[in-house]
Amino acid sequence: MAENREFFYRRLHSLLGVVPIGLFLINHLVVNHFAVYGEESFNKAASFMHNLPFVLALEIFVIYLPLLFHAILGVYIVFTAKNNVKRYNFVRNWLFFLQRFTGIVTLVFIAWHVFETRVQVALGADLDYGLMEGILTSPVMFWFYVIGVLSAVFHFANGLWGFLVSWGFAQSPRSQKIVTYATLLIFLVVSYIGIRTLIAFAYGV
Amino acid sequence: MAEQKTVTFIITRQDSPDSTPYDETFNVPYRKNMNVISGLMEIRKNPVNAKGEKSTPVAWDMNCLEEVCGACSMVINGVPRQSCAALVDELEQPIRLEPMSTFPVVRDLVIDRERMFDALKQVKAWIPIDGSYDLGPGPRMPEKKRQWAYELSKCMTCGVCLEACPNVNDKSNFIGPAPISQARLFNAHPTGEMNASERLEGLMEEGGLVGCGNAQNCVQVCPKGIPLTTSIAAMNRAATIQSFKNFFGSDNAH
Ligand code: HEM
Ligand code: SF4
Ligand code: FES
Repeated sequence: MAENREFFYRRLHSLLGVVPIGLFLINHLVVNHFAVYGEESFNKAASFMHNLPFVLALEIFVIYLPLLFHAILGVYIVFTAKNNVKRYNFVRNWLFFLQRFTGIVTLVFIAWHVFETRVQVALGADLDYGLMEGILTSPVMFWFYVIGVLSAVFHFANGLWGFLVSWGFAQSPRSQKIVTYATLLIFLVVSYIGIRTLIAFAYGV
Repeated sequence: MAEQKTVTFIITRQDSPDSTPYDETFNVPYRKNMNVISGLMEIRKNPVNAKGEKSTPVAWDMNCLEEVCGACSMVINGVPRQSCAALVDELEQPIRLEPMSTFPVVRDLVIDRERMFDALKQVKAWIPIDGSYDLGPGPRMPEKKRQWAYELSKCMTCGVCLEACPNVNDKSNFIGPAPISQARLFNAHPTGEMNASERLEGLMEEGGLVGCGNAQNCVQVCPKGIPLTTSIAAMNRAATIQSFKNFFGSDNAH
């Protein structure tokens, strides 16, 4: 390990993208989906999550630290690539570019989102339906959230493909293709769950 | 009398490793079945550019002239490929020739592929058989496997896959796809297999496997059709297992 630091950090980066960050993302979007069933359901779910035992420790070790590590190394990885989609106009090359692009968009989005929600709650705001409703009824913020959610979900789904290849699970061209379709399906389903929630907050339907 | 047909080349030239590149245009007389190299030979015969000024012959590299040595790679009309296998009749004119940008330019179209040979050393892409006594014949290889390995063995270190890779550049230390596939070739060989873990260690060093971001351009551009992305994923799997053995320890010799 000591002599293969780069290998270790990159594999850790890859793993953290799925466990725990990816799992947290799915959990987060699914729990928020309670908003679709009405204000009360959402408030109940949100307060359940917010009042989990050891919630601060859970947040730090399951979300903040892994995300910080993944994001910092991620930005470094983004800047070591020289994208060339114009010259090499292949699907996978585009997905490679989009993986990096959505990484940056997601970073901006998450920073904003955490400030607007978690930090405000820590400063005394109420964590409830009204907080998100207040944000998302503004059309600008609604579309900002749509872009943020789509980019995070794309980054996760395509990242899952990358994870399976980087660790050597999907090896043959056929298996890599099947995983492509599977992750595309994950992208569509999880995107629907996320966007549907945003619509519930913004339009109350 | 019919007018003499010509072929136009726009060539990115560079006089020395550190000087600034510039473009120069040449018109050379057309012949049937010309390739890019025969065009460059015409320029060498009569180094006068399109403006009629006396110039210097354009420098390029070559060896086999049959797409097996890899020395003559350059970027032709935006595509990295072998100039000996690039037929003028199949190219759009004017034909643009540039050196491959991933490698240091020695002069004009001549580049230095040393980094590829260094990478082959890093992953120990050979089979050590030297000893102080005769080791006798090695284990035999099944014919099916030999045919499969032959495909991987076609790599000519031409550098085209490195040129197409977005992660091989001056900001990264990634060794590129070709040496990874070579490590797989030698690890699959019945004698080479005896040193498999040493090659995996090489792949796990700085600039190794983890430099790959799966853009998969390499497999699209390799002139030999080598399944580079399959090789990379296969080595990813082997390195994963090797790293677990290194970390947790293993009873199996490795
Ligand atoms: C919602 C939060 C995020 C999730 C769920 C997530 C998930 C993932 C996953 C699963 C991978 C695949 C790992 C692999 O290729 O083996 C990945 C890769 C990557 N992530 Fe993230 N990520 C997130 C945030 C970010 C952020 C904020 C950045 C910073 C810009 C980032 C940059 C990257 C980069 C550059 C890669 C490609 C690594 C490579 O191909 O070697 N990610 N991510
Ligand atoms: S793998 Fe293909 S493209 Fe890469 S150096 Fe070998 S022959 Fe050239
Ligand atoms: S001269 Fe050998 S590949 Fe072109």
